[in-house]
Order: sequence, then C-alpha cells, then structure tokens
Amino acid sequence: MLTKRIIPCLDIKDGRTVKGINFIDLRDAGDPVELAAAYADQGADELVFLDISATNEKRKTFADLVKKIAARINIPFTVGGGINSVEDVAPLLESGADKVSINSAAVKNPELIDALSQAFGSQFIVLAIDAGKQENQWAVRTHGGKLPSDKKLFSWAKEGQERGAGEILFTSMDNDGTKNGFAIDPLQKLNELLTIPIIASGGAGNSFHFAEAFTLGKADAALAASVFHFGEIGIPQLKLFLKNHHVPVRL
Amino acid sequence: MIKYNAGNIRSVAFALERLSVDFEITDEVEKIQKADKVIFPGVGEASSTMRYLKERKLDQVIIGLTQPVLGICLGMQLMCAHSDENNTACMAIFDETVKRFNADTAHKVPHIGWNSLIDTRDWIEGGLNDQFVYFVHSYYVPVNEFTSAVTDYTEPFSAAMRKNNFYAVQFHPEKSAKIGEQVLLNFLNRA
Repeated sequence: MLTKRIIPCLDIKDGRTVKGINFIDLRDAGDPVELAAAYADQGADELVFLDISATNEKRKTFADLVKKIAARINIPFTVGGGINSVEDVAPLLESGADKVSINSAAVKNPELIDALSQAFGSQFIVLAIDAGKQENQWAVRTHGGKLPSDKKLFSWAKEGQERGAGEILFTSMDNDGTKNGFAIDPLQKLNELLTIPIIASGGAGNSFHFAEAFTLGKADAALAASVFHFGEIGIPQLKLFLKNHHVPVRL
Repeated sequence: MIKYNAGNIRSVAFALERLSVDFEITDEVEKIQKADKVIFPGVGEASSTMRYLKERKLDQVIIGLTQPVLGICLGMQLMCAHSDENNTACMAIFDETVKRFNADTAHKVPHIGWNSLIDTRDWIEGGLNDQFVYFVHSYYVPVNEFTSAVTDYTEPFSAAMRKNNFYAVQFHPEKSAKIGEQVLLNFLNRA
C-alpha cells in the first residue's frame, strides 16, 4: 500500500540551516548534511531544502551543498528557492537533487512550469503555492507570502497540473506558524480537483494535526519545519501515532 | 553504469559509492561489454530516450549483453517490448507492454512515494517481502511470468523482474534507504 509521506523542511542560508535546531545531539546542528542524515535515520520519507540566500553568488554554494547531501543521504529530496529558469535547475539535478520546487517565479511566468517539465519530466517539478484567505477566496501570495498576486489557489493549482507539475506543495499562510493544524478545507478541495499528489504545509503543532491532514484533508504528504527541528514531534513517534490512527506509513 | 541522458545517474553513482562498489560511468561499447555487471539507470520520457539510445546503437549493445544487467525505473520500462508513453517501440528483452496508470482521487498519478514489495521471489527474496521502497512513475509493467516482486497501486504491477541475466526494478533502489541498498547488493552479489 502506498504510504503517506512525512517531510521535514530545512531553510538554508549561505550553506547553513537557519532556524535553531535542537532535536538531537548533533556535532553541528547548523550543518544541513548532518541534519539531513539524522532525519533520514529517524524515518523521514523525503526532505525539502529551501535556499533563502539573498544573492546569486551565495546560491552557487547551494549546488555544492546539494552534491554533499546527495552523496550522504539515501532518501529522496527536493530543493527550492530562487529558481527562475531551466538553466537554474540543471546544475541542481546534476548535483543529485530528485525534485525542484518553484513558487514565485512560476506565478510571474507560468510557462516556466511547461519548460521545466518538458526539459526534465513532471516528476521533477513541485509547484509550491502559498495562499491565504481573502474575502472568502484563497488568494495566492508570492515572495514568502509577502506580496499579493492575481492568482487564486484552486485555479492556479489546476493550471499548474495542466502545465506539467508533478506535485503541489500547498502552504496555508493563515495556518503557517500558528501550530493550530493544517488548513483542511482547501486540502479536501484540492484533492477533489487534482490527479497529482498534494503535500500539505503550514500549521503543524502536534501529531493529531498530521492525522487530520491525511484522513480529512486527504493529503498525500505533510511537510513541517519547526515542530521537527525543535523536537516537539519526533518522527518515529509521529509515525507510530499515525499507524495507530489507521494512516498507512512506512515504519 | 551506462552513460546517457538519464536523470538519476548521479544518484545511482552516489549509492554505489556508499556501498564501496568500483564502477565507471561510460558510453564506450567495449567498456560496457567487458564490465562484470552493467547498470542501466533511467529517469525521463520513453520515446526521446529510446531515440537517444538508438542513435548511439546503445540499444543493441544492451540487448547483446551476457553479464548481469540491472535496469532501473525507465531503464526497466525500455527493456520491455513497447511503451504506451508516446507509443514507443522498446528493446523487447521482456515481451511486455508498458501501460499508464489511470488516475482518480484515491490514486494520484504519478505514483510517488514509499510502497511495499509483495510476492517477492527469485533475486528479491531475503527479508524484502512487505518492505517499503520509493517509486516515482506514471507508467508500469503488468505482472508477468518474469515478475520477481509485485507492488499494488491502481492494480498489482511488476516492482521487479528478471529474465536470464536481465534484472529490472521499477522503484529507485538508490533512494530507498537500507532496503534499496539490499536490493542493489542482491544484484551485485549474484554471480
């Protein structure tokens, strides 16, 4: 049976993990390679690395980091942040990344999804969508949620699928950081609307929230950052909890 | 390992390095023919990949190999007779047609994630039954007489196969944690 995926997300700046991390005794918790290996050992199903470096120069170090991660870990991982073109993606995939996620650049230039899926295949392309509720509609926001856009969540997700995205990573800006649970209603609607997998993101505070995202929200995967990084939820315990709540997981 | 435009060559190479295996990535026919074992990786689209292989006559080289050969993902699909992906004639080592999953809300396509191996036999034996491996694919090979492991999605399909010296897996052993390493070792350790 296909299992639901648990995905820790790591923010990377200038080659180092950004948020404080204290879930496990690491020699160097700022080293993304060490941290990735620890998560893989704990049973994470995939990893996401988001490069939030400010300059193109600093981003070049990211490809080197991707190579180090790929050499070390034996589970799939996605990289994202600052991808604007086919040329940006090739070195990341050649370094061993399994998928790339695109967000603001796709909102600005939707043809980027077509170009990337034709060049590398749909399975390489994760369309990340940040959205928040605005006058009863889920409005898409860009640049980490800072800027508004003219796109709406459901039509944009559908367009992304038609243009060749292989997965949708939906982050509810209304839930992100609240620890009150994932946004279940839009997840349900996305699941009815799309035939590609959906990754839920934003709002994870406890194990029950993950169970909800899978059973009620019908998400195929769930992503979180701080609850894992700060050791509030251990991945082995989370997976046991999910199994006891009849959610299929890899143990 | 056969060098061509496959998307996962780097990942397979890293997996072999973690297993301390001596390997070379090459498209030189003589080197491929002299290797103890050959790995034929694959991520991409069937018709363009077959065209690429045919232009370099690598398809005939692969068909003619007599040492153990492992096809991974698209590599496995191209070892079949035909793929429905853009109606592509393939290498016909396995006399099978590669089909596309029918998507519905309970079965997303691509089939992405960790799914279990069942009915394991032949070279996929040895504690691998019910173990999880990582899949990313929209097309599949139906269960047939050469199937060495089955996985269930919209219907049961071939997760692994073997015919004589030709071994194949639909999943990605290079991304399937310890279980994937065991599958690679099962292939590498067979005479």
